[in-house]
Amino acid sequence: MAYSDTLLNHYENPQNVGSLDKADPQVGTGLVGAPACGDVMKLQLKIDDDGVILDAKFKTFGCGSAIASSSLVTTMVKGKSIDEAAKIKNADIAAELSLPPVKIHCSVLAEDAIKAAIADYRKKKSGQDI
Amino acid sequence: MSIKLPIYLDNQATTPTDPRVVQAMLPYLTDVFGNAGSRNHSFGWAASEAVTIAREELGALIGASAKEIIWTSGATESNNLAIKGAAHYYARKGKHIITVQTEHKAVLDSCHALEREGFEFTYLPVQADGLLDLDVLKAAIRDDTILVSVMMANNEIGVIQPIAEIGAICQQHGIIFHCDAVQACGKIPVDVKALKVDLLSMSAHKMYGPKGIGALYVRRGRPRVRLQPIIDGGGQERGMRSGTLPVHQIVGMGKAAVYAKEDLDTGKILEVKRLRDKLWAGLQENLDELYLNGSWEHRLPNNLNVSFAFVEGEGMMMAIKDIAVSSGSACTSASLEPSYVLRALGVEAELAHTSIRFGLGRFTTEEEIDYAIDLVTEKVRWLRDMSPLYEMVKDGIDIKSIQWAAH
Ligand SMILES: Cc1ncc(COP(=O)(O)O)c(C=O)c1O
Repeated sequence: MAYSDTLLNHYENPQNVGSLDKADPQVGTGLVGAPACGDVMKLQLKIDDDGVILDAKFKTFGCGSAIASSSLVTTMVKGKSIDEAAKIKNADIAAELSLPPVKIHCSVLAEDAIKAAIADYRKKKSGQDI
Repeated sequence: MSIKLPIYLDNQATTPTDPRVVQAMLPYLTDVFGNAGSRNHSFGWAASEAVTIAREELGALIGASAKEIIWTSGATESNNLAIKGAAHYYARKGKHIITVQTEHKAVLDSCHALEREGFEFTYLPVQADGLLDLDVLKAAIRDDTILVSVMMANNEIGVIQPIAEIGAICQQHGIIFHCDAVQACGKIPVDVKALKVDLLSMSAHKMYGPKGIGALYVRRGRPRVRLQPIIDGGGQERGMRSGTLPVHQIVGMGKAAVYAKEDLDTGKILEVKRLRDKLWAGLQENLDELYLNGSWEHRLPNNLNVSFAFVEGEGMMMAIKDIAVSSGSACTSASLEPSYVLRALGVEAELAHTSIRFGLGRFTTEEEIDYAIDLVTEKVRWLRDMSPLYEMVKDGIDIKSIQWAAH
């Protein structure tokens, strides 16, 4: 399978690998996928009080496309508001990386990871407000 | 010393044709181009003589006589001919056939085709080390069992089945015994008489011969084994496989057998084993959480199949692209299911996804293995630093306790 240069670049030089403090109320963590299915993505977003994403970190267990999708997503969301980030679609990720059809599920997982991280952050927030 | 990249460590998939084999083949494409079936001129005689010599050479590798060798297009055809041919010929005697869950697709899919015709199958499970339990085999035998098919060595994990014991059981019950010995030929001694095998499949391209040629050993002598042909035509190969013989390919397979036997007789194969052992020892010294797939003791000398926990196989292959290996990970197939062989051993899906098969060969060098150990070590560490699962395990979290959403 021939992968695009963008994909290979994200795989070989992944951006924003690492972890943020899960306990930080400003950090939303999304953990999606399953080890038995061969991919797990952990995406963490640090969000300020205005709802702007200040930082993003990922760790991924998966194939090259899964790692590249995660890396790309961290670069896409930084600086965006959570409402804007929530609008990122898997098709955007797949197009940017020119994912082959059998790898589309990697981009779906990356979209899910963004949604899960935002949901976790919102849950933390609503917990505080009460 | 500089080494040439990429390094080929996928010799269970295929092997390069040995240059000595290529040299032996060439005259049979040009000067000696006759049809081995032409009985009336010297072109045909010369071709026919070359085919006879190749039969003897291949026979010598497995303890068979020249007359017991049937040329085919490869082991896929050999397996089809053995299983379908025996089933159809002996259908009057019974309709039950026994095989094993870890067989090659060429065996399993031949069986599935026969199932649709009304034959009944038992697909035996294997133990955690990949070995067949002989008591399980004995218990599966029925009055109407006509054929047992068990591979000698597995293509993914290299596990060697107790073929002599299975042969004895089959003989006792008067059941035909077919063995797919594609991966075993040239790696371990094979003697069809001692093993009591009736039908044995071989492929040239797994033993440094050309692709597109294989053979089926069909035992002669009483009671002789009969097969109904799949390919009908000019009646070549005792009527079991029609078609003009590809003399150059056959010469190549014969010569490949000569050199394969040489590897066994001279102890060259022990050198391959030494390098395989070095690879495994080196990886274990450098990395934790490695799991060997399949028995270590009952294993081909050139195979290593390891699960690198928390590192997905295809991601790994992309990282170590300077060495060519293969993976039991789902991502390498269109099916999204990890290796059925590993699943049959009871390897959990999460570990099956992290498996890598290293297949060493005649041309593997010490420098290549040193390079492979260093590269795999470096890249596994890199990928584990990126793996959320490795991080969780290091933090003391039990990954199994998490509710993962299946997708
Ligand atoms: C165990 C086994 N059987 C059969 C085959 C099929 O052989 P061929 O490629 O000659 O058709 C292979 C090769 O993939 C194999 O490894």
